[in-house]
Amino acid sequence: MKTVNVKINGVGVAVPEGSTILEAARQANITIPTLCFLKEINEIGACRICVVEVKGARSLVASCVHPVSEGMEVITNSPKVIDARKKTLQLILSDHDKKCLSCTRSGNCELQNLSYTLGIEDENYFEGESHEYEIDTSAIHMVRDNNKCILCRRCTAVCEQTQSVGVIGPNERGFNTNIGSPFGIGLGETSCISCGQCIVVCPTGALYEKDQTQEVFEALADPNKFVVVQAAPSVRVGLGEPFGLPIGTNVEGKMVAALRRLGFDKVFDTNIAADLTILEEANELIERINTGGTLPMITSCSPGWIKYCEHYFPDMIDNLSTCKSPMQMFGATTKTYYANKIGVAPEDIFVVAIMPCTAKKFEVQRDDQNAAGVPDVDVSLTVRELARMIRIADIDFNSLPDEEFDDPLGISTGAAAIFGVTGGVMEAALRTAVETLTGEELPDVEFKDVRGLEGIKEASYEVAGMTINVAVASSTSNAKELLEKVKSGEKEYHFIEVMGCPGGCVNGGGMPHVSSSIRSFENVPAKRAAALYTKDEAMTLRKSHENPAIKKLYEEFFEKPGSHKAHEILHTSYVKRRINEIV
Amino acid sequence: MDTTITKVPFNGTEEQKKALLEVINKHRGEKGALMPILHEAQDIYGYLPIEVQTIISDELNIPLEKIYGVVTFYSQFSLTPKGKYEISVCLGTACYVKGAGDIYNKIKQLLNIDEGECTPDGKFSLTGCRCIGACGLAPVITINDDVHGKLTVDDIEGILAKYE
Repeated sequence: MKTVNVKINGVGVAVPEGSTILEAARQANITIPTLCFLKEINEIGACRICVVEVKGARSLVASCVHPVSEGMEVITNSPKVIDARKKTLQLILSDHDKKCLSCTRSGNCELQNLSYTLGIEDENYFEGESHEYEIDTSAIHMVRDNNKCILCRRCTAVCEQTQSVGVIGPNERGFNTNIGSPFGIGLGETSCISCGQCIVVCPTGALYEKDQTQEVFEALADPNKFVVVQAAPSVRVGLGEPFGLPIGTNVEGKMVAALRRLGFDKVFDTNIAADLTILEEANELIERINTGGTLPMITSCSPGWIKYCEHYFPDMIDNLSTCKSPMQMFGATTKTYYANKIGVAPEDIFVVAIMPCTAKKFEVQRDDQNAAGVPDVDVSLTVRELARMIRIADIDFNSLPDEEFDDPLGISTGAAAIFGVTGGVMEAALRTAVETLTGEELPDVEFKDVRGLEGIKEASYEVAGMTINVAVASSTSNAKELLEKVKSGEKEYHFIEVMGCPGGCVNGGGMPHVSSSIRSFENVPAKRAAALYTKDEAMTLRKSHENPAIKKLYEEFFEKPGSHKAHEILHTSYVKRRINEIV
Repeated sequence: MDTTITKVPFNGTEEQKKALLEVINKHRGEKGALMPILHEAQDIYGYLPIEVQTIISDELNIPLEKIYGVVTFYSQFSLTPKGKYEISVCLGTACYVKGAGDIYNKIKQLLNIDEGECTPDGKFSLTGCRCIGACGLAPVITINDDVHGKLTVDDIEGILAKYE
C-alpha cells in the first residue's frame, strides 16, 4: 500500500494513503478529541470538535474526515484550535440539559469527559434560547430524552444503516433540528425492534434503557418472593468493564458472587437453557428436514431479530424456529419443573434475567410466554443495570471471590458459552445435530467456518449422506440482505442463525458503554467474543446433549426433545406486523 | 408526545392515489427520486399528510422517518392542508411595527391553531408572510384575494365572522 508522509505537531509519521488526519495522529500517539465520530458508523464531520490546523488550509478542518496528503503539516493543539473546540462545545452545552448529577451516564458520558478534557470553566458561557422537549417513554424497553441530545446522529446512523430500521432520524432544520420519529409519534408506536444499538452508540444520557432495578430491589426485599436470577452467556464477559477491568475479561465467578450478595435466593445460569434450546432446536431442524417442513429454519434466540422479522418479513415468520429464547426457556422451566421440585407456587417465584439486551425487556411481556400461567420471566435487566445495582448495594466487585452457580440449573457446556457471539448458536446446534444424525462422535467439535465477526457467513456440511447448507447473519441489515436472497431463490439453506446486533450478543444493546475513542480503534466485540471461545475450549463438556443436568431434565420432566410437554412449555408463536403501523 | 399529524381528516380520493402511484412509478429506481415525488405529491394533495407519506414509504421502501425528515427540512413542504380560506398575515417591517404580531397572535388564539396549521373543519389556514407591498394600509392581512388593512386586534373577530 502507498504511504504518505505527514507531520503532526512536528512529529513525522508515514501512514497509508487515504488515512484521515485522526487516524494518522492516532498512529503518532497523538490524541484528538472527537464527539460525533464513530468509526464505520458515523463519519460525517458534523460536530467540529475534532478540528485541527493544516498548514496552508483556509480554515480549520475536521480531522475525522479530512484525508492526509503528502507533506501535510498538522497542528492539533494550537491556541486557535483549542479556542475553536471550546467555543463549539460551549455552544453545544448552551442547549444541553446539564443535570449531570442525576444522569444515568454520569461518569461515563462522552460530553462530560470532553468538558473536563477541554477545561470548560463555564458551562453556561452562552446563554440564550434553549429547548424543552417532552421525554419519550412510549417504548417498552427505553427512554429518549432529547433535552440531553447533542444531535451527533450516531443513533440515527446505526438505526438506519446498521439495522435497516430507521425509525428515528433528524427532523426540521437549524436550531429546531431534533432527533425523533415521524410526525412526533412515540418510539413505541413505530416499527422499532428494541435492539438498543442506539443506546450503545449514544455519547450522552439522551438514550437509555427503562431502568427496572427498583422493581428487582423490591422483589429481593419481599419475604414472600423466591427470587431466582439467570445470567446470559455474554454478561460475564462485559460486566467487568464498568468496574474498570479490561475489555474481554471473563468475570463469571465474581458475577455469581455479586448476585448472591445482592440477595438472590438462587443464582442460575441462562447457559443451561441455551443447551436446552439446542436440543429443542436441533430436533426441530431434523424434523423439518425429514418431514418437509418450512425451510430454511431460522433461529429465534434474538428478540430484536424476531421483532424485525415480524415487521419487515412477516411472510417468513413460519421460518422462525418455534423455540423460545434461552431466557424464556429458563423462566418457563423454573416456574414449572423447578417450582414443582422445590414446592413453591409459580406465582411466588420471581425470575430476574441479566441480559446483554434491551429487546429482552420487550420479549418478557410478549404473548405466549407464560408456561405456568404467569410470565416466564418477570424482569429482564441489562448488564448496565446490574452494574448499577452492584454499585448501589456498595459491593466491592473487584475484591469478590469467584463463586459457582447453584444447582441444578447452573450446569452448562461450552456449546452454550458461545451463544453470545455470532455463529455460536449455529456451531452449538451443529455439534448436536451432526451427532444426532450420524450417531457417531464428532472428531472435532469446532466448526470454524461459522466463526468470525463478518456480517454474513455461509457453509455446507456433508452429514449422513446429505448436504446441509447453513448461513449466519448478525445485524438486521445483514439479515435483510440474506433473507432477500433466500426469497428470490438465489440462495438455498436449511438453517440460518440470525442475531439482531452486529457481532451477536457480545455487542448487544444492553452491554456496557464503551467510549467512541476506544470503540473506533479497538474491536470490542471481538475481545468479548474471544473470552467466550476461551471458556468453551476450557470446558470438558462442549456439546449440549452431553450436559448431565439437561439429560436429567428430560428424564424427569420433558421426556424427549419435541415432546408434547416440551412444546407446551418451551415453544412459542409469532405475529405478523407491518412496517408503518400508525396509518 | 406532541404529534404533527394534522387534526384535519384526510379526504384523499382514489383518483389522487392513482395519480400518486403513477408519479412514484415514473421516478422509481431513479437516484434522488424522493424530492421530485414529494413535490408532485404536494401538487396532487396540496399537502403531505401521514397518509400520503406512508404510501410513498411503503412503495419505495424508504423509512417513513426519512421522508418526514426531508419534508420538515424544507419549508415549502406542508404537513397541513390549506383551508377554504387562507389567511396570510403580513409580518413585514411596516406591518410589524404597526402591531402585526398582536394581530397574528389574536388570530391564532381565536382559531386555536398555530402558524402553518388549518382548523379541523378545514375552513381557515394561517401563515405569516413578508411584505406584500401594501405598507400604506399597515397592518395588513389577506384572506384568499381579499385585503384587510389598517387593522386593530379588535377588528379580527368581526372579519373572520364574514367568512362562511
